[in-house]
Amino acid sequence: MPIIKFTHHLQRFFPTLAPQSIPGQTVAEIIQELDRRYPGLAAYIVDEQGGLRKHVNIFVDGELIQDRQSLQDAVSEAEVVYIFQALSGG
Amino acid sequence: MSDRLLLGTNKGLLILEKRGKTWEFVSESHRAIPVSYAMRDPRHDTLWACLDHGHWGTKLHRSHDSGATWEEVPAPKYPEGLEREPGHPATVSYIWCIVPGGQDQPNRLYIGTEPGGLFQSDDNGDSFHLVETLWNHPTRPTSWFGGGRDYAGLCSIVVDPRDSRHVTIGISVGGVYETCDGGETWQPRNKGTLACYLPDPHVESGQDPHYMTCSPSNPDVLWQQSHCGVFRSTDGGQNWQHISQPGGPVYFGFTIATDEHDENTAWVVPAVADEFRMAINGSLMVCRTEDGGKTWQELRSGLPQKNCYDLTYRHALDIRGDRLAFGTTTGNVFVSDNRGDDWACIGNYFPPIFSVRFA
Repeated sequence: MPIIKFTHHLQRFFPTLAPQSIPGQTVAEIIQELDRRYPGLAAYIVDEQGGLRKHVNIFVDGELIQDRQSLQDAVSEAEVVYIFQALSGG
Repeated sequence: MSDRLLLGTNKGLLILEKRGKTWEFVSESHRAIPVSYAMRDPRHDTLWACLDHGHWGTKLHRSHDSGATWEEVPAPKYPEGLEREPGHPATVSYIWCIVPGGQDQPNRLYIGTEPGGLFQSDDNGDSFHLVETLWNHPTRPTSWFGGGRDYAGLCSIVVDPRDSRHVTIGISVGGVYETCDGGETWQPRNKGTLACYLPDPHVESGQDPHYMTCSPSNPDVLWQQSHCGVFRSTDGGQNWQHISQPGGPVYFGFTIATDEHDENTAWVVPAVADEFRMAINGSLMVCRTEDGGKTWQELRSGLPQKNCYDLTYRHALDIRGDRLAFGTTTGNVFVSDNRGDDWACIGNYFPPIFSVRFA
């Protein structure tokens, strides 16, 4: 069961967000469970069609996920899933 | 006249208030988050702010206490599986505006988005749904496209104060569309306007109304500042008359405001078209017509007249009574208390300003 870690920027909107273990086979399942625990969080990470937002990155054990549209990258054997914001802005 | 201004800026929502003879900074909300549009719905004394997070998507917030506290409500969403074009999912990439429904629709709100979506709420913003009749209009796949931004933006929504089922919208780029039956059917209303960037500038759809509004005293009088000039209609958009000045300066710009009581009076903030998008000759002016666009007056008193790069976006000019206010991409805010004859700068050094609305 991977530990999910987050950019601290998300704590502005979800102050109680902290690293935590979440069961799941895919990144999509992790996001679904996160949204159950923190209602509304999924909409910050994925768009309304389930695609990863353009300026959000998810790493599974240090590797950028491949499926940004439906988030089917496997996580069941992973140790850590990182949810970061991309470096952009101004 | 209103003594409170909402500024949607690149770094948050700023509220200014006139106290005595001076305008003062009252509050800042949504710090460092771009606010694409903000307005006060007088029906419920509710403030609305449309947010454009760089990373986390578009969000919608409302405040019932004049901006002291805010509540995030679900932002509009395109229905699951809907595509912007074949192979490309439709997702909200920008909220252009939020507009109250009619007086007989106390819980109706409309939202205009990129890409080209009109959303409707009938529960005072707790939820929104796409107006699919407009989205499914046969002209959308071929005549709606991006300009400035990547995709078509629904930037103007005019609800007829005499009949709430009569709604006219403007899409940039796409054109003006009208429904007379509460959104069941939509008709393009672009006759007489120009699409100067297309091989055929007189197309039925594909025009670029940067911003469209009506004269409140006669809602059949519509005005638009388009990419290719300023246009006015006296028959609810059935026909448009080109009222730009030959040779300018009234031609290109983004915004337009109308007088509450006089259907012949309107204001624009001209800019250099269109690959430049900057103040004309380094000086800032507002232009006013009082005869339905036959003639225009240049209003420069109090505005910077040299080394000026200020550009005014489509939602960044507003009017209340005899008072006008506008904000610019350079972060300046100007107010006139005498219908534009004289202006005062009430703040410099603000972030780039996307919207200015009296509260």
